[in-house]
This record gives sequence, structure tokens and C-alpha cells, in this order.
Amino acid sequence: MSNETISESFRKAGMSRRAFLKFCAAAASVLALSPAEAGEMTRRLAQARRPDVIYLSYQECTGCLESLTRSFSPGIGHLLFNDISLDFDDTLQAAAGEAAEAARMTAMKKAWGKYILVVDGSVSPKDGGVYCTAAGKSSVADLQYAASGAQAVVAVGTCASFGGLPFAAPNPTGAVPISEIVKDKPVINVSGCPPIAEVITGALLYYVSFGVPALDRHGRPVNFYGNTIHDRCYRRPFYDQGLFAHTFDDEGARRGWCLFELGCKGPVTHNACATTKWNGGTSYPIESGHGCLGCSEPNFWDRGGFYRPLSTPTGHWSGAQVLGGAAVAGAAVGVAVAGVARARQNKKDDHKPDHKPADKDHDRNG
Amino acid sequence: MGGGTLLDFARGPGMEWALAILVFGIVWRLVGIFTLKRPKDLAEPRAGASAIGAMWVIISRTWPHKEFRERVLHWEVVSYLFHGGYAVAILGYAPHILLIRALIGISWPGLPGGVIAFAAGISGVALIALLMHRLNSPVLRKISNFDDYFSWLVAFMPLPTGLMAYYHLGGNYEWMLGFHMLTGEILLAWLPFGKIMHTILFAFSRGTTGLAYSRKGAPL
Repeated sequence: MSNETISESFRKAGMSRRAFLKFCAAAASVLALSPAEAGEMTRRLAQARRPDVIYLSYQECTGCLESLTRSFSPGIGHLLFNDISLDFDDTLQAAAGEAAEAARMTAMKKAWGKYILVVDGSVSPKDGGVYCTAAGKSSVADLQYAASGAQAVVAVGTCASFGGLPFAAPNPTGAVPISEIVKDKPVINVSGCPPIAEVITGALLYYVSFGVPALDRHGRPVNFYGNTIHDRCYRRPFYDQGLFAHTFDDEGARRGWCLFELGCKGPVTHNACATTKWNGGTSYPIESGHGCLGCSEPNFWDRGGFYRPLSTPTGHWSGAQVLGGAAVAGAAVGVAVAGVARARQNKKDDHKPDHKPADKDHDRNG
Repeated sequence: MGGGTLLDFARGPGMEWALAILVFGIVWRLVGIFTLKRPKDLAEPRAGASAIGAMWVIISRTWPHKEFRERVLHWEVVSYLFHGGYAVAILGYAPHILLIRALIGISWPGLPGGVIAFAAGISGVALIALLMHRLNSPVLRKISNFDDYFSWLVAFMPLPTGLMAYYHLGGNYEWMLGFHMLTGEILLAWLPFGKIMHTILFAFSRGTTGLAYSRKGAPL
């Protein structure tokens, strides 16, 4: 851990205490902290040492890191130069190969037991871990070693949090989330494909200030994942009124009506998109006219088509075939049962004694 | 089972099985009934227009005969409140319409959520009143069996679970939505095998009665 406190790093960079307080206020706003908590956060950040951060990537697409570099508040520059000491990130650093691995080992040994391990991507324990290796080591072995020296693990992105795209059926590499491997250290899941930049930096900052935040049942910080997109969506009144866009270019879409009918998964997706938004608070997918894909939820890739409404079947079966088959089977059983019943009726009719009197009547009338 | 897993099951295999059982059961029962041997009626028909008689009885039996009105009309009204509210909640709510469209390809405009919640609330209260009546009436209690009470439960459960999902009550929304869908699927799967089959059979049974009565020249 760097001996320099966060406020010292601000001063060293030529920034005033006012700039530090503004930064704290912005961070507290992103984290939705109360005024009292914001004050406490400022006090703690002023005294906190900059934590060492090791950033490891496994089965991922680098979209999460792309997102992180677009953080506005706190900005990535602020985060890297003032709040944390990013000791290893193989994508951002200049070094590569053996030099990079040596730098990582040095950084980890220097801060052993104290660094924050940020992991991006799922890991693959299947077949001895052969599907994801780096520097001759499997992702699982690498993660286990790195996690053993960490004070906490932050799983960034849906792949690291829940397995994500590598985990999607048929999961050829046997991908698992980080929490399946790391059991003895706190794991904070910052899900999303990718997560919102401010949510990643906010989660790190919260941890630096207060430690592990309150987590939901999926291990995500409640202050970012406590509400569904639907709860905070500006199109919610249209949902309540029953006004829906039927296609992406109809009158309803132009008038900003609810996108539920176009497959929006906002009602079951917990994330901060509708409040924190993207690109420095510019907008979020629904504001741009597209329904939520539910990317911050487990198995979002396998939960039916993105454009299937939430109340409809997932589409993993052929309705016509299943229902047609059921109808044919029902008809066959119905005919068989009726056949048995008719046979019984015929048998009864054959043995009825009242045929005789009818015949007698007939004879009498005749 | 997590909310996501339950919802995924309800939208996937749960719905698949429920609809398959529904179709299988309805076809089985209808085919079974229609292919049964009918007793020969050798008597001369006393009226010519028996089909009109059948149609008329389907309509006339929707309201109690004047001799019974004083005793049963209020319960008939409560029953209509249940059925009407149920129909509005099922056929008027946009997510339900989308399900119907996904299954059979037809759709219509939905109603505002407040109207649906009101209709579902009325329907639920009416259903509770009807159960209380069944439990308090010695005659009804005597002729009630497992089918009556289980069918009541199966018909009732989608209402509170749907309202709780709509108003985000009962904890995790995703779980409640999955549970609501599951209660609906149990209703669909049970429909052909219990007394809820009257949703399909009422017209046939009334029509058959009308046909027989009109043939015999009985007043309809």
C-alpha cells in the first residue's frame, strides 16, 4: 500500500482542498450517500492511504475496462493518480510478457494481504483449466494465488460476477464466476455488460472509504443495484397507463412510450442506468429508444430473446410442435377412452331385458 | 430457488408443460365427450327448431329464472363480479395480451394498470365472498368436494400474486413475478381436469339441455 494519503496525493498534484472536497461531494452524490455519510466519507478519504490495486483479466472482452476509462465522476485520471495505486493492469500498462508478469509479482508481494484485487472476466476450471491460461498458468490457479494475497476482490462485469457470455449455454469452457473460486475473501460483484463506469469507480471508492458495502443477494452493492431500471425509468408512467411502443419506429416509440412490448427487461434488472446514466450522465439505453437487455443480471444471455416481452415464453421450445403434439395425444386418448366407454355401453345394451317389452309393444301395436 | 431461476422456469419449461397439459386435457375431454354413444330418442320431436332452443338456453341460463331470483340473485351478481373482474384482468392487461399474442397471434389494446388492479381486486374479494358462502351454506358444504376447494384455490392464487407483483409487494419482484406466472400455469394445467373446465363446457352442457328440452317441447 502506498504510504501517501489520498488528500496528500491531491496536494502533490497541485490541487486545492476545495478540489478535494468537490471530488468527495461528486463521489458521494454518485454513491447516493446521505449528507452525514458524505461528510464521513470526506474525513476518511482525507486520511486513507491509497490502496494498491491489481487488475486481472480472464475470459472477457475488455469492454469493462473500456467502460472504466470513461468514468467522469470520479474520473479515471483522478482514480488512478489520486485515489488508488493501480500496480498492475496488463491492458493499460506498457510492459508485456515476462516483464509484466515480474512487475505483477513484485507489486503483489510488496502489498501482500493489503491490495484490492479487481477481476474482469470469468474463469474456467474445466479440463484442468486449459481453456484460459496466461504465462503458463490456468486462470483458476492464477486467481486463487492472487486472491490469497488480497484484502478484497471486486468482480467487475457480468462475466466476473455471474459467468456472463462465456457461461452462456452450452458453456463450452465450463466458465464460472469469481465467487465460485474465491470463498475466503469478500467478493463485491459489480455486474453489467459492461458496468457503468461510475459504478465501478464508485464501488472502489466506497470500499476505500467504508470497506465492504451492503450487498444484495447477488453480492452487488445495494447503493447501485438496489432498484430496478423499471423503478426509476422515466417511461414508467406510460407502462402504468398501458401505453406501449409496438415497433421501434411507430408513433408510440416517437412519443417515448414504454418499451416493455419490445422486450425491455427493465422490470427485473437491477442497475443504476436510469439514475447514474452513461457517458457522464448523458443518457441510458432506454432513453436512446432501446429496451433494457438485463445485462447486469445472472444468465441474461440465456433468458429468452432480447426482443421477447417479459411475460411471454422464453422461446426455447416450438409452441406449434408442443401444442400440436399435445392436441394429437389428447385426441388419441379421448377417442380411446370413448371407444372403451362405447364398448361398455354396447355390452350393457345387449344385455338389457327391456328390449323384450319394446318388442312386445311393437308386436301389440303391429 | 432464486427469483431469476423461478421466473426462467415459469417462462420456460413451466409454461411449456402447463400449455401442453391444457391442450391435451381439453382435447381429451371434448373428444371423449363428443364421441360417446348417445341414447337413441325414438320419440317424435315436438318442436322443429331445436338448434335455436339450444342457443336460447345458452343465453337464458346466464341469469336466474324468476322463481329462484329472490334466493340466488345476489350470489349470481357476486359471481359475475368475480368472472367479470377476472376477464378484465386476464384480457385487459398488456403483459397478458402479449402472452396471448405470442401463443396464438392475436392482440388488442390493453387497459391502464389502475383499471386492471381494480378489476383484479374486485374479482378477488368476490371470490373470497363466494368461498365464505360455500362454507356457511349447509347445502353447498354438503355437496362440495376436493375439486371445489382446490379449483377455488387455483383460481384465486393468480389474483393476489399478480397484484403483489404489480405493486412490488412481498419482497423480490422477480420472484413474485415468477410465482405469479407459476400460479397462472397451475390454473391452466388444472383447468381441463377439475370444475374449472366449465369455462369450456358450459356452452356445450347448456346447449345439450336446450336441445333436449326444445325437442321435447318443454318451456325453455
